[in-house]
Amino acid sequence: MPKDGSEVSLDGLGIPMWLTLEMTYRCPLHCPWCSNPLDFDKFKNELSTDDWKRVLREGRAMGALQLGFTGGEPMLRDDIEELVAYSTELGYYANLITSGIGLTPERLKAMKDGGLKQIQLSLQSSDRDITNKLVGADVYDQKLSVAHEIKRQGFPMVLNVPICKQNIGQTRDILELAEELGVEYIEFANIQYYNWALLNRAEFLPTREEIEDAEVAVKETRERLGKKMEIYFVIPDYFDERPKACMNGWGAIHLTIGPDGAALPCQEARIIKGFEFPSVLDHSLDWIWNESPVFNAFRGEEWMKEPCRSCDEKEKDHGGCRCQALLLTGDAANTDPVCSKSPFHDLIKSSVAETTNEHRVERPLVYRRKGAITTDFLETTE
Amino acid sequence: MNETITIAAENIIEINPMYLFRWEEPQQAHVLLYPEGIVKVNETGAEILKLCNGIKTVTEIISELNDKYSTDVTDSVNKFLEVAHAKGWIRSKS
Repeated sequence: MPKDGSEVSLDGLGIPMWLTLEMTYRCPLHCPWCSNPLDFDKFKNELSTDDWKRVLREGRAMGALQLGFTGGEPMLRDDIEELVAYSTELGYYANLITSGIGLTPERLKAMKDGGLKQIQLSLQSSDRDITNKLVGADVYDQKLSVAHEIKRQGFPMVLNVPICKQNIGQTRDILELAEELGVEYIEFANIQYYNWALLNRAEFLPTREEIEDAEVAVKETRERLGKKMEIYFVIPDYFDERPKACMNGWGAIHLTIGPDGAALPCQEARIIKGFEFPSVLDHSLDWIWNESPVFNAFRGEEWMKEPCRSCDEKEKDHGGCRCQALLLTGDAANTDPVCSKSPFHDLIKSSVAETTNEHRVERPLVYRRKGAITTDFLETTE
Repeated sequence: MNETITIAAENIIEINPMYLFRWEEPQQAHVLLYPEGIVKVNETGAEILKLCNGIKTVTEIISELNDKYSTDVTDSVNKFLEVAHAKGWIRSKS
């Protein structure tokens, strides 16, 4: 996925330049901010290797360039090496987005030979106990050894650190660890509050002061390291006055395919009810992108309501995030409530106010586990 | 990674190996691909980047482009190389 602050060509000429493949929703970790659906365990029928190859061919024919293999944990599939090599043949720039678990030196080498361009490894803290506690598994040592092996084999690496209250105070230590590892990029990814993360929002959301302290650490490290390490750090949208230009607009440059073959405008879009997401098993990628009702639903500006409709910034942020609008206001066509012009903006303000409420009752984190919560209210059938 | 701020005339220039520079038929444009990013390069930028092949020096690149366009493009090429270097697209070959 393109990152806030990274350089993205905004004009995709209507081409899905960015293809994200969610190979599986299975994962050995239990991260309580997981972006996968709450009923992830229902998605048992994963696309076959041949299905994925067809998706890759059709995507490339349409002009897709950047390719992300993600999940769940993509390394739980035994065909990643084969698909990486195939995607390179087709001309993609292949990125692997991984927890590092299952990434053996042999598999890394096979992917290097297959033309894998870079690896994005998640790391939650520079502290072993905090990391293990946050992901609900004993994996810190393994992650570090994988990080060293990735660099040993000469891959460019992005260290992805999901930022929350539990680790934001360690920003300086995490930056030092990243420097030690020799990564080219580190991204402090603000947790986006959908699915599992939304369940745990009150526990995760840092205070404005904590964010500002972290920004100082980032600034100082940037000055010290210069071009040696690129640091992405953008304040969470909850602390902003205007929404993010989510995905550069709905159906603008992004196409995500879920493990079951569902085509999604973003990795969270499944939460929007009333949509029948077209499957690559039933339709061509071309039809899905250009003709399907889902991908056309929020293109352009026709769908917009007030205050977006008459707003002079609508071309800049496209009204923000459709998923956030749905989850917080009940209507995906509403203005993203992060915007201070939204009539629902108080929802955001009260969440932020809660971060400094000293009487707030702390609750245990809900970890991503089958059965952790009842998902009867979801309509997924498989 | 290269730490120098400016590029000297005698430096040999190459595309940063982390970047992939090529023509894209569907976009009808040259693109630079890098970890999680895409940059579309305009025609003149592409003409310059094509010469950043790890063999030519800045002086050679400029002289070749001066010949090609039959006009003095020294300033604009230098400016582009500086920007491209600052963005990490190119580096001096050591």
